[in-house]
Amino acid sequence: MTITPEIVKSHGLSPDEYKLVLEIMGREPNLTELGIFSVMWSEHCSYKSSKKWLKTLPTTAPWVICGPGENAGVIDIGDGLAAIFKMESHNHPSFIEPYQGAATGVGGILRDVFTMGARPIANMNALRFGDPKHPKTRHLVSGVVAGIGGYGNCVGVPTVGGETNFHPSYNGNILVNAMTVGLAKADRIFYSAAAGVGNPVVYVGSKTGRDGIHGATMASAEFSADNEEKRPTVQVGDPFTEKLLIEACLELMATDCIVAIQDMGAAGLTSSSFEMASKGGLGIEMDLDNVPMREEGMTAYEIMLSESQERMLMVLKPGSEPQAKAIFDKWELDFAIVGTLTDTGRMVLKRHGEVVADLPIDPLAQASPEYDRPWVPSVKRPVIDLHDVPAHNPLVALKTLLGSPDLASRRWIWERYDHMVMNDTVVRPGGDSAVVRIHGTNRGLAITTDCTPRYVYADPHEGGRQAVAEAYRNLSATGAKPLAVTDNLDFGNPEKPEIMGQIVESIQGIGEACKALDFPIVSGNVSLYNETEGKAILPTPALGAVGLIDDLDTVTTIPFKRDGDAIIVIGETKGWMGSSLYLRELCGREDGAPPPVALHREKREGEFVRAMIAAGAISASHDVSDGGLLVAIAEMAMASNTGCTLEPPHNLAAHGWWFGEDQGRYVLTAAQDRLPEILEAAQRGDISARVIGSVGGDDLTLTGVGAISVSDLKQRNEAWLPDFMSSPDSNA
Amino acid sequence: MQAAVITFPGSNCDRDAAVVLEAVTGRPPAMIWHRDTNLPKLDLIVVPGGFTYGDYLRVGAMAAHSPIMREVVELAKKGVAVFGICNGFQILCETGLLPGTLMRNADRNFVCRDVHLRVETSDSIYTRKYNAGSVTRVPVAHGEGNYFADQDTLDRLDGEGQVAFRYVDTYGAETKAANPNGSQRNIAGIFDKSRRILGMMPHPERLADEKVGGTDGRAMFESLLEALS
Repeated sequence: MTITPEIVKSHGLSPDEYKLVLEIMGREPNLTELGIFSVMWSEHCSYKSSKKWLKTLPTTAPWVICGPGENAGVIDIGDGLAAIFKMESHNHPSFIEPYQGAATGVGGILRDVFTMGARPIANMNALRFGDPKHPKTRHLVSGVVAGIGGYGNCVGVPTVGGETNFHPSYNGNILVNAMTVGLAKADRIFYSAAAGVGNPVVYVGSKTGRDGIHGATMASAEFSADNEEKRPTVQVGDPFTEKLLIEACLELMATDCIVAIQDMGAAGLTSSSFEMASKGGLGIEMDLDNVPMREEGMTAYEIMLSESQERMLMVLKPGSEPQAKAIFDKWELDFAIVGTLTDTGRMVLKRHGEVVADLPIDPLAQASPEYDRPWVPSVKRPVIDLHDVPAHNPLVALKTLLGSPDLASRRWIWERYDHMVMNDTVVRPGGDSAVVRIHGTNRGLAITTDCTPRYVYADPHEGGRQAVAEAYRNLSATGAKPLAVTDNLDFGNPEKPEIMGQIVESIQGIGEACKALDFPIVSGNVSLYNETEGKAILPTPALGAVGLIDDLDTVTTIPFKRDGDAIIVIGETKGWMGSSLYLRELCGREDGAPPPVALHREKREGEFVRAMIAAGAISASHDVSDGGLLVAIAEMAMASNTGCTLEPPHNLAAHGWWFGEDQGRYVLTAAQDRLPEILEAAQRGDISARVIGSVGGDDLTLTGVGAISVSDLKQRNEAWLPDFMSSPDSNA
Repeated sequence: MQAAVITFPGSNCDRDAAVVLEAVTGRPPAMIWHRDTNLPKLDLIVVPGGFTYGDYLRVGAMAAHSPIMREVVELAKKGVAVFGICNGFQILCETGLLPGTLMRNADRNFVCRDVHLRVETSDSIYTRKYNAGSVTRVPVAHGEGNYFADQDTLDRLDGEGQVAFRYVDTYGAETKAANPNGSQRNIAGIFDKSRRILGMMPHPERLADEKVGGTDGRAMFESLLEALS
């Protein structure tokens, strides 16, 4: 078969990239070889547009065992244990086929984590959907949530939290970012670098079928109206097999058989084999006839590009094959020796006794293109003056906000997920961070996912900083020491300079904040070309973060605990209205500069809050984010079915005080007799702390304004999502 | 008391059950792989929750036909206590050890949340540490927990005191809102005639530890320890 320019184009390679292919090969590639180049150099696998900027992120700290570049990040959490985690997107498949797209997203991220030797202990997710009024939105929410639940519930890993936003910019391109956190012994981490010429290359797990061929290439292109035709490229998940694969792999990892291991994710057998060989500086010879296959007559091209799920590739120690095979036999999974490591530095593939591909590994895996794409700085928006924003009755505004799509309770979503299996869920979904116990100990991991896309859109740099700061606050608010971050950078088409500008500036903002807060990025994923018909999503660098709790007895949660407790606001409030939910939901405006983040203050305040929690002085805590102070306090009230009485602000218009989205703030409660020590410590630390009311009664009362019953607020807050999900289908 | 927990391919609450059994009885249960048929001497067999064989056929149907379940049925006939939780309950119904079946939840959604159960009798090895009529809080996590049986069977279960737990509100009233899955007569768990076999959809092992939110489920394991030691 002659490779025509049309074939090159349909493989997502530019003419220049194809020139490079010819140079590397020294001849025209055959179709299988071209297919391999295509997936290896797809944006999804090569990070060719973002690599230059990703390198600027801080990735080290004394507690980082393994940063970006492996399947997932690894951090030391003491007592000989490591936490392994990563977040990854499955956006395009989830839009085309929401159930399977989301389900296989969960399956893929689980494999990234247990590949490294960790038992997965928690799943999280960050979801962005279109306008609730858009005819497809409910169908997508329903399918994605069912897919995440269907997979996670079956494998028996609790889905403990996440975040969900709605915005018209996601109408044609939803975001499904899934995160897994696992636990391993710090001296039993498994890596992917192949070693030992002559060692067997072994395939385990599900059989290979024709599903998902070219998924990685699809995920690297813009959508158009014909995306329905791409449905066959979406993979189908089998969580039952994944559960068996987890148990079989962990059982094998307890032995001494494995040299290297890598899951088959995007670009399947191609990327797993190339990555293992490239990292080890070796070659591989594979006989594709030995690959377990689900269908008759598969070609080398199809076998190499299939994205069938629940498969792993490993290099075993010579002679250990029978021991390893016995474990996979026990779990009723395929086990096949498909190749051997060589010292040639080449990937040689055979099918039906003939060599069907012969490629140099390093030029493909390491010399993939890297672009310095042109970008333009984003245009700064004006700061909005509080006095130019109409003041609504705060209780009326509160009711409106709590019933709005972005602030309504997510209970309908997290009740679809088994968030308790494994019996270590200490803080269930609905708080600032989920907390899972480190099994068999009194320590825990706090986990959060955060990003405020409307801020990032308004100012990518400031929005990037804010996402990090909010994750830091959410962990601190439970009493956890923030340790590390995984990033899932979702953007539009990087070939457009303004989109590239969003990418560059938000990475710069994230990097700045991570540096200032000692909060390194240890793993991540980039998803570009999130556009449909030329319209890009809001820039959404979603972050997942993990913190450590040394004593679970000190964990602090958001519900009010006792009548009479004082309510304290930490941090300064100036009434920042730009890009706020008040402005959007009450005034119908999405303009204005987003709130700035003062990183040095964030750090000081986080340390203060954690110290107060560790001292046992705090009865409840909550970070202040979307919707501002009154929304945060109402959430604490609703979580406990308990009211409170709040004093009016001094020297600030009420709507600015209650609904401004100034950063760096927490709401804490404490028994009255602990107040002096808290306020004194705050003063010593130069931290703004102000008592603004007390807990008690059934109503949320604003002195001088009026009262509203907490059960009314809760009814409104909880009703929106179930009502939305059960309303008649306008798309039927 | 010597307990065992059976692990099938796809079981995922086997460890949870084992942890609670050990915490309450001070003795680790035997972990039985589904292909084992040589069982030690046992007082209690727990068939745990999960998605055995992916529940791709009918929930519990594949596991019900595995060799280990033939052993369990034999031992049950000899009076060994058998406790099926969630998927375990579905399996016990499929084997015929318990009557009825578990259908898809009425609203067709998986549901994970705490529910309230009324303890219908304290006259059993599972419930002797509870007061009859008391309300206890236990989580559910299932997509197919909608208990169904014909009217005669339901009348018989009621008449012979074989209903172990019903879904109720916090005041103990059997309401529609308190029923998370549409189960007939708000049934959450049932005994066999001897009351030595119990199947229930809620997970008492998940609220038997203050750290994860409560201990209402612990009394069930304490009841078993007292009765079977």
